[in-house]
Amino acid sequence: MTQSLIGASVPRKDALEKVTGTARYVGDLSMPNMLHARILRSPFPHARIRSIDVSKARRLPGVKAVVTGRDFPNFIGLYLVDRNIFAVDKVRYIGDPVAGVAAVSPQVAEEALKLIEVEYEELPAVFDPFSAMAPDAPLIHENLHQYKLVPVYFPIPHTNVANHMKIRKGDVEEGFRLSDEIIEGTYHVPQMQHCQIEPHTAIAQVDATGKVTVWSSCQSPNAVRKLLAVAFDIPVGKVRVITPYVGGGFGGKAGVTLEGVLTAIAMKAGGRPVKLVYSREEVFRDTMVRQGLVAKIKTGFKKDGRLVAQQAELYWDAGAYCEYGVNIVRAAGYSSAGPYYIPYMKTDSYCIYTNNPAGGPFRGFGMGELHWALDQQMDRIAHHLSMDPVEVRLINAARDGTTTATGEVLKDIGLTKCINEAARQIGWGTPKNPLTGRGIACMVKAPAMPGNASSAAFIKINEDGSANLLITATEIGQGADTALAQIAAHELGLPVDKVTVSLPDTDYTPYEWQTVASRITYSAGNAVIAAARDARNQLITMAGEGLGIPADQLTITDGVVHAVNDPAKAIRVADLALGLNLPNGSARYGPVMGRGHFIPEGIEGLDPETGQGKKAVSHWTFGVQAAEVEVDPETGRVDVKKIAAVYDIGKVINPLLAAGQTEGGIVQGLSVALYEQLQLQRGRVMNPSFVDYKIATAADTPEMAIGFVETPLADGPYGARGFAEHTMVPTAPAIANAVYDAIGVRITDLPITPEKVLAALRSKGKGGE
Amino acid sequence: MPEKIRFTVNGDVVEMAVEHHQRLLDVLREDLALTGAKEGCGGGECGACTVLMDNEPVNACLVLAVEADGREIITIEGLARENCLDPLQEAFIEHAALQCGFCTPGMILSAKALLLRNPNPTEAEVKEALSGNLCRCTGYKSIVDAVLAAAEKQS
Ligand code: FES
Ligand code: FES
Repeated sequence: MTQSLIGASVPRKDALEKVTGTARYVGDLSMPNMLHARILRSPFPHARIRSIDVSKARRLPGVKAVVTGRDFPNFIGLYLVDRNIFAVDKVRYIGDPVAGVAAVSPQVAEEALKLIEVEYEELPAVFDPFSAMAPDAPLIHENLHQYKLVPVYFPIPHTNVANHMKIRKGDVEEGFRLSDEIIEGTYHVPQMQHCQIEPHTAIAQVDATGKVTVWSSCQSPNAVRKLLAVAFDIPVGKVRVITPYVGGGFGGKAGVTLEGVLTAIAMKAGGRPVKLVYSREEVFRDTMVRQGLVAKIKTGFKKDGRLVAQQAELYWDAGAYCEYGVNIVRAAGYSSAGPYYIPYMKTDSYCIYTNNPAGGPFRGFGMGELHWALDQQMDRIAHHLSMDPVEVRLINAARDGTTTATGEVLKDIGLTKCINEAARQIGWGTPKNPLTGRGIACMVKAPAMPGNASSAAFIKINEDGSANLLITATEIGQGADTALAQIAAHELGLPVDKVTVSLPDTDYTPYEWQTVASRITYSAGNAVIAAARDARNQLITMAGEGLGIPADQLTITDGVVHAVNDPAKAIRVADLALGLNLPNGSARYGPVMGRGHFIPEGIEGLDPETGQGKKAVSHWTFGVQAAEVEVDPETGRVDVKKIAAVYDIGKVINPLLAAGQTEGGIVQGLSVALYEQLQLQRGRVMNPSFVDYKIATAADTPEMAIGFVETPLADGPYGARGFAEHTMVPTAPAIANAVYDAIGVRITDLPITPEKVLAALRSKGKGGE
Repeated sequence: MPEKIRFTVNGDVVEMAVEHHQRLLDVLREDLALTGAKEGCGGGECGACTVLMDNEPVNACLVLAVEADGREIITIEGLARENCLDPLQEAFIEHAALQCGFCTPGMILSAKALLLRNPNPTEAEVKEALSGNLCRCTGYKSIVDAVLAAAEKQS
């Protein structure tokens, strides 16, 4: 075994294709006879559909299919099945799909949309979670109580609350009585977009046998397959999902997005393939957005800085549909202690329907939003007590033996090391210029997945001694193909360039739950180890028989099976790939195929009333970021000079990729901290373009210092923990805390714009906080 | 009425009839099957469609095909000569200056245009030259490092 591959900066497997423009994305595919689809969307935030007349559109030359909710009144959704493919009786946000067209060109499809006549009756609408929770609020989903759902979510029937997640850890009132001091804070997070540079794109085709094939720029081919099968009531095996390279995911291509409407259209398109490419405006509005949040936090603590009690009310503006969002709200609930130990807790996390664009997963899965609140609250506690913010965090940091919000006892936690290292990297406590500030923020995140979220892998050995690794993890930029190839090559004793990694095709590649939750290296990594060991055992068994050496005295190095202490006694993997050839001309065994799978064991449900349980998640990954900023009090501009990031990821499989992931997360976190907000006016997205919705550019990149701690995870591959999304979670609160350190004002609603900084400075001048 | 245009694409002379409203990006991607240039926004906001026109970076989503008449276009497919990668491509691989790769062709061509007019740019000049190319994955640091490394190697 070549030990060196794990922890080596192996270059990306996909790099050559991507720098030469030969990497194919769904948008680059085109097929003979292909049609183009366009979607007609609701102009109203909440309205009843009185009638739809598609007859003129159907008559337009070049139009091959027109589909509405009458053709497919089906529901689709991941956790809470609350979404029609096309609106049936009502539309619930500006952008809700009402009809779809397939035509010979995008232009004709566009023309046809204009010919569809829809009569609406406007209904009262709600645009913020508090109005939506008011007793007399208009109901957005009257039939919420009848929706199918996974029974770990708790909608409140006949209200707009799609999920109410509760944590009751001890008696929180008792905790407040035991506290010396109590502070309260309210924090706001607006809706945002993932802004993958590749717009959502798919092609769907339904053949003569009824088989549906979908090429999709999605994160989760198996989830798309399953959800389409359920929605259209066809067997799972009759749906095939193929996913070439994906041009960025960040959660926004998880679950299903455009595949539902497109498949419905393709079903009426006479067997022709139909392509749907979302416009940038649709990406901003009609794929899932990051949910808005208002967090009210009340914290009790001792004079020495120890946290005692926390009451958290989390009001999530989940938009018109919560099929995926309910699980973000749940994750925020069981993570509501953040990276700290809090003995007494009460959390109410509400997933609330509004007539805003539908929410869904966004890098961090609720943790970015939650930590924006928790880690500023922690900072306020430190300043309130005139204590060092680093010290207060060290005192309260989760560590071996402390319990989470759900009562799980933690072990193998390296958070305090991360805090110390991040503080050192940012120069904590060293002299600094006026108007310069330093801030720190900690974070934790677990993969939010059901107990049966599994991975599988196949490895076939070829007669040239190379291997094909077959998986259904998607390559969304995170480097899964590279990390998994490294693992396979390491276990097989092959050079990494001999391992080719498949792109997903659910007809041929084995099951993968979803490429989300930063779980691929962890979960698929374990499956790949198992598959590679299976193949390796087959090779060694055959070589042992061929060489007459016991299997336990053999190893594989650089594609050659050989005796551990005599490399001359050897057979090439290439010569064993199809079986063992014996000297007498006969042969035994057969082609080598390794198979492996993994399911994280022991994840249990939580008590619905208290949220307590043994193990809510497979594992936790902790990390810390510290920021240094300079604030211009004249303009209010915040200049982020440097970010230090230190994460305990168990084992660094590929340092180059891990650092790249961290740099990307830091800059995305900085962008969220300073710029990003979906401007909503009565449910209308006012800035659906990169001109009006600014994201960070090359000019924004700060100096970055990145470090890793390696506290092995018992069931992680080589000890590795899930890691990726974590990189943007603490950036915004670290920057906000640094702004406070610089100029003594605290910005509690994202983003930290110059206007807010100036307003806060003015109000501070007048004696406010 | 289609109009006949004649231009060079990656060294080959191309003659074709195009509609007046047709974008250069569509001609490249659909008619010439050069799908390396990507469409991220269609509005000149993201730079994913960047190609070189007479060695200047342009957003091919904003250029009409007729405007390419008589010009020389280089796309990402034409950057490597005789299977020999451009130093920028090599540097992008070495620095892992890409993740999803969707911005990469545009990024590399914007950088190429910069190095053609300024072979020894400063870090600030690199950042400035790439400011019209959005990347949501990398945080830009590895990209800027790659461009500076390629410049160094060339000189
Ligand atoms: S697609 Fe041309 S700039 Fe975005
Ligand atoms: S690598 Fe994904 S957008 Fe740049």
